[in-house]
Parts: sequence; structure tokens; C-alpha cells
Amino acid sequence: MTRPSAPVVLPALVLLGALALWELWVRLAGIPHYILPAPSLVLLTLWENLGSLALSWLFTLKITFGALLLAVIGGVLLAVAFALSRTVELALFPFAIVLQVTPIIAIAPLILIYVESTTAALLICAWIVAFFPILSNTVIGLRAADPNLRDLFALYRASPWQRLRWLLVPSALPYFIAGLKVSGGLALIGAVVAEFAAGAAGRETGLASRILEASFRTEIPKMYAALLLIALTGVAIFLLFNLLSRLLLGRWHASELRPGP
Amino acid sequence: MTAAIQLNAVDKRFDSGLEALRGVGFEVPPGQFAALLGPSGCGKSTILRLVAGLDRPSGGRVEVATDGAGSAISYVFQEPTLMPWATLVDNVRLPLRIAGVSRPEARARIAPVLASLDLAGFEDAYPAELSGGMRMRASIARALVTRPQVLLMDEPFAALDEITRARLNDDLLALWRARGFTVLFVTHSVFEAVYLSQRVLVMSARPGRLVADLAVDLPYPRKAELRLLPAYAERCRAASAALESGYGGDLES
Ligand SMILES: Nc1ncnc2c1ncn2[C@@H]1O[C@H](COP(=O)(O)OP(=O)(O)OP(=O)(O)O)[C@@H](O)[C@H]1O
Ligand SMILES: [Mg+2]
Repeated sequence: MTRPSAPVVLPALVLLGALALWELWVRLAGIPHYILPAPSLVLLTLWENLGSLALSWLFTLKITFGALLLAVIGGVLLAVAFALSRTVELALFPFAIVLQVTPIIAIAPLILIYVESTTAALLICAWIVAFFPILSNTVIGLRAADPNLRDLFALYRASPWQRLRWLLVPSALPYFIAGLKVSGGLALIGAVVAEFAAGAAGRETGLASRILEASFRTEIPKMYAALLLIALTGVAIFLLFNLLSRLLLGRWHASELRPGP
Repeated sequence: MTAAIQLNAVDKRFDSGLEALRGVGFEVPPGQFAALLGPSGCGKSTILRLVAGLDRPSGGRVEVATDGAGSAISYVFQEPTLMPWATLVDNVRLPLRIAGVSRPEARARIAPVLASLDLAGFEDAYPAELSGGMRMRASIARALVTRPQVLLMDEPFAALDEITRARLNDDLLALWRARGFTVLFVTHSVFEAVYLSQRVLVMSARPGRLVADLAVDLPYPRKAELRLLPAYAERCRAASAALESGYGGDLES
């Protein structure tokens, strides 16, 4: 019975193998660490700079989850408004699309000029990137309720509130979660990209500032260490929302149902 | 005595311009089990939707008389139409929940219905964990739990195998005889229509019109042996003949 563990074991083995090759190659070819540090050196650097990196990491987390929270609130409220009224959707959806298609790196400098607080500006940037998947998925989800179930609610004279709670929200949930999975990753990307645009200035700064700082001083291992933290955070966010999805949809939605034994 | 369901010269034309029903009129007295038989696309589901008030006729009148107590009409769709995110018992409880019935009272009303449909023990299963026949029975349980006076059923057993179908036919007849509600039962199957009902309304191809109104004067309780009786075969033949005569509708338009 090796099958259940295969999804974990196989990628882990591949990853370890790749790291081992990297380590060997750097050592055998004698590549200098200011060009490509070995994985062991990256880990060591991470350990030695844990204090400052952890503070920056917390800041990046704060921006990421703050933006994601705002994206959930804004995206869901707007989606409900769209679902209730076609007029509102027609009037506002184009703006949402414009925000979505304009590269954040191009808007970020403007936002940083207009918004006094850097933290607030970073939040806004990450929010712009994160909110569209939640909005568009939730809009689709709220419209995806089974027409027969809609008829059933009409037949039994359900109030609009009952219909929203017991029909529309549960129907939209799988779509919302799919949006959340995408937005979680995007919020992190938005937070990091916006900080690059902001530069290393300011006292409260995140991992992107550590990378910029290290690159000015050509501390390549430190760049890798910060990068590693960002990547691990992204993976953790992904796993977190997969877990949430399993908890909320596990027993009923096709996306989480596994074939029986 | 006023009719439970009354249709008066009902026309239905959809916004697409398609004429689904033309001049359909019939009455179903309270407590009657009536079957609605017709070729695919002749407007049977449309009639049920009109009776349920889910759609409006373009001409004529549709009236459903009930004494106003509780939920008057229940509708069993062709698909089970269960909420996949809710357990069986929560699905069955939905109409009561909408009506504001308290949880303990709802539970007391649901238990006997589940037992009568052989669903006891599966209360906490999700629809994905039930068989097709069980889902259909859950859907029927949901329709019955409000004690409706009029039960509309749209080919409820079409997707089931012969044996399950025969069993559910018998279950339905037992419930109907015990409760005495009015049934309008849509089906494609001549045999099912005759086996179940006191009366078979036969429709023509589109635009749907009523072409025959056949009484099925066979005594209840009806058991599987009925299917072997000459009287049963004769009613089936009559219904088949009426159905075939109605197939000649204009197929375009
Ligand atoms: N909302 C709608 N808009 C336009 N046309 C419709 C609509 N609903 C049904 N129709 C058309 O009306 C006709 C009758 O449909 P209906 O569903 O009542 O048929 P039916 O007798 O129930 O068929 P079946 O036995 O296949 O279920 C069909 O031709 C169908 O295409
Ligand atoms: Mg139909």
C-alpha cells in the first residue's frame, strides 16, 4: 500500500535529488558563492540572518493577508451586488477588468505617490492583484445555482434572504474557494512586486526590500535566503487553502470527492 | 365539489415564439391520481410548471384549489434536485425550514416519511453517497413532508431500472392511498400510466393538445399481478392507440 503516500513522497524525492545535484555541481565545479551559492550555504545564511529576515517576513505576511482579507470582503460584496443587479454589473465590471489587466508594476509607482503611507500603498497594490479572481469566480458561483433548485425555493415561497443563505451561498462556495486559491498566491506576488516598486526605503519593510538590499551589496546567498522564504510562504498559502477547501467541500463537491475504495 | 386542478383553454407560447400548448383544458378532482402521457416535447413539463405557478400561461386560466393549510403544492422534478451540500435529512427538511417549522417538530414529521420510503438510517448521508434510486426517494420524501394537497411528479422514475421503478410505483400508490392527495403524474410510459392512475390524459405532439381522457377503472390496491390481467392490457392498448393518434402534430413551427 504505497499509493496514498505517493503524492508526497515522489515530489519530495525529486526535490531532494535536485538539491543534491545542485550542491554537488557547485562544489565540484567550484562555482563562487557570489554567482551561485550551494543550498547548504543558503540555509546557513538564512539561519544567520533569521532575526532580520523573520521581521521582514512578518511584514510581507501582514501585507499579503491584509490584502487578501480586503480582496475577499470587496470581491464578495461586489459579487453580491452584481448578482442582485445586472445594471450594477454593467456599470462597474469594466472597471474591475481594467484594474485586472493593467500590470500592477505599472500602477504601483503612481499609487506610491498618491498614498502617503507606504504600508497602505502596498496593501492597495496587493489588493488590486488579488481581488479580481474572487470577484469573477463569486459572480459566476452566485449564478450557478441549479435552476430546478431555484424553482423549488420559489415553489415553497422562500424569502430572498433564505434563498441567499441556503441556495446561492452554498452554490457559490466552490467557485469562491477556487478564486481564493488563486488570490492567495496573487496577494503574495502583489505584496512582493509592490515592494520592489517602492524600493528599499522606509523602516517597515518586507522580504522584497531584503532582496533589493542584498543585491546592492551583491550578497547573493542572502538573496536566495529571502527568495526561499517567499517561495515557502507561497507553498504554505497554497496548502492552507487546499486544506480549507477540503474541510468545506470535502463531502459533497466533485472537486474534493475521491473515488470510493 | 370544486376541482383540485383546473385548466381552462390554456395556451402557452414562449418568448422564443415557440407554441408549446394550445387550448389545453381538464379538471382533476381532489384525491384523484391522474397520469399525463405524451410524446417528448409536447409540453407535459410545461403544464406542471403552470400548475405549480412557476410560469404563467399566455392564454386561458390555471387554477389550483387548496384549503390553504400548509404548503399546498409539491413538485418532484425529473432529476432528484437535491442540494449536494446538505445531508439527506437536511434536504428533506428544506420545505419545513423555509416555512419556519421548528427543528424538533420537523424531525418528528420527517422520521415517518423516511421510514415509509425505506430511507431510515441514511439521514446523515450526502447525496453523492446515495444511489440513484435513493436520491429519487429522498426527493419524493421532501415533496411529501409538507403534507401537500397536490403532488406534481415529472417522470420521477424515468432514470431508474425496471425493478426499482416497480417498487417505487408500489410505494407511491401506498402513500397516495394512505394520504389521499391529488396527483398529476407525468410519464412517457403507457404501462406506468395505466398501472398507477385512475385516469390517463393523453397529449398530442407539439403544440400540445389533449387528445384523449381515458378512465382506468381498475380496483386498488394494485399489485404486480395486475400487469398480467387482460383488463390491464386492454387499457394499455387504448392509451397506446390514443398516443399514436396524437403523434401527427406539426413537427416544425
Ligand atoms: N423556457 C423555455 N423557453 C422556450 N421554449 C421552451 C421552454 N421550456 C420548454 N420549451 C419548449 O416547449 C416545448 C415543450 O417542453 P416541455 O419541457 O414541456 O416538454 P415535455 O413534454 O415535458 O417533454 P419531455 O417528455 O421530453 O420532458 C419543447 O419544445 C421545449 O423546447
Ligand atoms: Mg418534461
